[in-house]
Amino acid sequence: MTHNESSVLQVPNLQSHFGDMAQQKESASFGMWLFLVTEIMFFGGVFCAYLVARLQHFTGFAAGSNHLDVVVGAINTAVLLTSSFTMVMAVHSAQVGRRRSIIFFLILTLLFGSAFLGIKGYEWHDHWEKHEVPGPAFHFDEPNIAASNAQLFFSFYFAMTGLHALHMVIGAGLLIWMIIKAYGGGITADYHSPVENVGLYWHFVDIVWIFLFPLLYLISRKH
Amino acid sequence: MNNVDQPREHYLNADYGIKSWLLTTDHKRIGILYLLLITFFFFIGGAFATVIRLELITPAGDLLTSDTYNKMFTMHGIMMVFFFLIPSVPAVLGNFLVPLMVGAKDLAFPKINLLSWYLLLIGGLITLYSIIAGGVDTGWTFYTPFSTTFSNTHVIGAAVGILIAGFSSIFTGLNFIVTIHRMRAPGLTWFRLPLFLWSNYAAAIIMVLGTPVVAVTLVLVALERVLHIGIFNPALGGDPVLFQHMFWFYSHPAVYIMVLPAMGVVSELISVFSRKSVFGYKFVAFASVAIAVFGFLVWGHHMFVAGISVYSALVFSLLSYLVAVPSAVKVFNWTATLYKGSISYRTPMLYAFGFIGLFTMGGLTGLFTAALGIDVHITDTYFVVAHFHYIMVGGTVMAYLGGMHYWWPKITGRMYPEGWARLSALVIFLGFNLTFFPQFVLGYVGMPRRYHAYPPEFQVLNVMSSAGASILAVGYVLPMVYFLWSLRYGKHAGPNPWGATGLEWQTTSPPPTHNFHETPTVTREPYDYEALPEGGFDA
Repeated sequence: MTHNESSVLQVPNLQSHFGDMAQQKESASFGMWLFLVTEIMFFGGVFCAYLVARLQHFTGFAAGSNHLDVVVGAINTAVLLTSSFTMVMAVHSAQVGRRRSIIFFLILTLLFGSAFLGIKGYEWHDHWEKHEVPGPAFHFDEPNIAASNAQLFFSFYFAMTGLHALHMVIGAGLLIWMIIKAYGGGITADYHSPVENVGLYWHFVDIVWIFLFPLLYLISRKH
Repeated sequence: MNNVDQPREHYLNADYGIKSWLLTTDHKRIGILYLLLITFFFFIGGAFATVIRLELITPAGDLLTSDTYNKMFTMHGIMMVFFFLIPSVPAVLGNFLVPLMVGAKDLAFPKINLLSWYLLLIGGLITLYSIIAGGVDTGWTFYTPFSTTFSNTHVIGAAVGILIAGFSSIFTGLNFIVTIHRMRAPGLTWFRLPLFLWSNYAAAIIMVLGTPVVAVTLVLVALERVLHIGIFNPALGGDPVLFQHMFWFYSHPAVYIMVLPAMGVVSELISVFSRKSVFGYKFVAFASVAIAVFGFLVWGHHMFVAGISVYSALVFSLLSYLVAVPSAVKVFNWTATLYKGSISYRTPMLYAFGFIGLFTMGGLTGLFTAALGIDVHITDTYFVVAHFHYIMVGGTVMAYLGGMHYWWPKITGRMYPEGWARLSALVIFLGFNLTFFPQFVLGYVGMPRRYHAYPPEFQVLNVMSSAGASILAVGYVLPMVYFLWSLRYGKHAGPNPWGATGLEWQTTSPPPTHNFHETPTVTREPYDYEALPEGGFDA
């Protein structure tokens, strides 16, 4: 035990209840993966509900889908994928311990993430203008389409993109935390699992969008 | 027993002051924080139950209006399920014991462990606020579209409170899984793990996979109330049965979150008090995992009368029967463990026997409710109420109390008074059966649940049930009193008063902050009582 405690003093980032850095790193990464599993189940619930409702009200959903701007959506997808690339570069920089490039790539990631949220906000605003937000003011006028079914589509659209955006905001908070940590010299080649785990989270949120984009924008599109 | 065994420094006296508790990351102290918190919630839930049983003494709805009665059973269910039963064994005993049993200094993520306690506290307070502000009347199941459109009570507050408490459960499960995978002492292989860990591991899998689904479901319910979107509202094209699918996808497995850790406690108790290795250890271990897996495939049996297709109902019925197999494996293996054992009738063992009897009754009546034809007859009757109370109260609470008695010497360093404790086990067993057995009969002859008035011919059985509830209440207050008494006047326990084999008994009672003075090395199977020297208990 005395041996163990003296080794604690030698390794600055090792928490006292772990035996060594390898155990701590493995535990942290395993914990993050498990957390992502819970996130899959969380989003899985809404995805499942979406598919059920879509099968029940196919025409309304297809019509609603055609009211989304696929070009803006595609640009946003590209922005988000780019942010995933810069995140990979940040993780790589952390692994080799280059402090300045960690900060540089984390800031880039944050910028691309914010750009995504900005574009998403623009889209939401556009729907608001067109009275496509569910509620008493909802307006949807197409022949042979029940407005209530299109409204249900938009209910799902706002719930799903809203939950995704909430995760992006949390991710942005984590990025800022990592930037501060890296700025203070807290991320080194020996201790970089926080950046790695934030990276895992960031990629996960991107992957959710990779499923949202086709489900909401692409399938059964007419033009 | 003797003062020599009492360690001079341990986790309880390592530091003093309110801050040393509220900011602790020591899993043992967090376990005690959970104990205090859920005991508080238990008595609030119990208070609602008291009002319910008082109302049902007379056939007329004379004590409460039907609206108030709706709120009473709703709040009873919410408090007991989400804020007492789900955290009970895992968050109190599991928190205390998982690191000790794997021979680690703490859980893998001590700060997240503390966070999860605060989440339960905050979730509980928000839910309490919605009680004080006027209550909720949807039933603990929040069925739509009543909960989303028609109820004008504090549904959002309760849903948000439960959502936050759900994250507490997720983080606890995550912590247990990572700890059991990554923090085991040298030599502690998977098949040397105590069965308490296997069953908590299985429950943790459900917490991690199931809880997020009910979380997002409650988010959708809250969004639907606030923003009037129509995902579960048939008037807006939504589907109320979809809500039931999503709700029960979690809430049926949640029953196994409650009962699996309780089964783990019983495995430990049966083994130590019959001085034998658990019969068919691997079968009992895998039965836990099997229950967790099958448990995810049976949610539809809550919806046989909700308009699901006959074919899916048939499949759900069959799968529900399959869950009975691993459950029965456990009961048979506990019984076989007793065979030719050196049985001693100490309090924890009495609770374990109570568990086996009551769980078996609850499980077998579960087969009634899983059978399509019978279920149509007994849906929404007191038969169902009796069935799940036999599992949740007769099962989980009995095991929880048995475990509290068994590990009390480890937690506090003191023995509880044996005579009073045996009396409490007896009172609870009798009170429980008097409360809930009449409800089987009531339900079978047709008394529906959730009404504050009933036809006069049901009165005798209802009075029996209410009388039983008052006996049960005495049984629950007794341990509260003598546990507190024992903190000061109980005999010193010594490190291993039961002569048990688990790692938690190899350290002092109470354990030091870092649990073990030297990291233990495991060389044997668990429950290796044959290898222990002859002899019984110190205490």
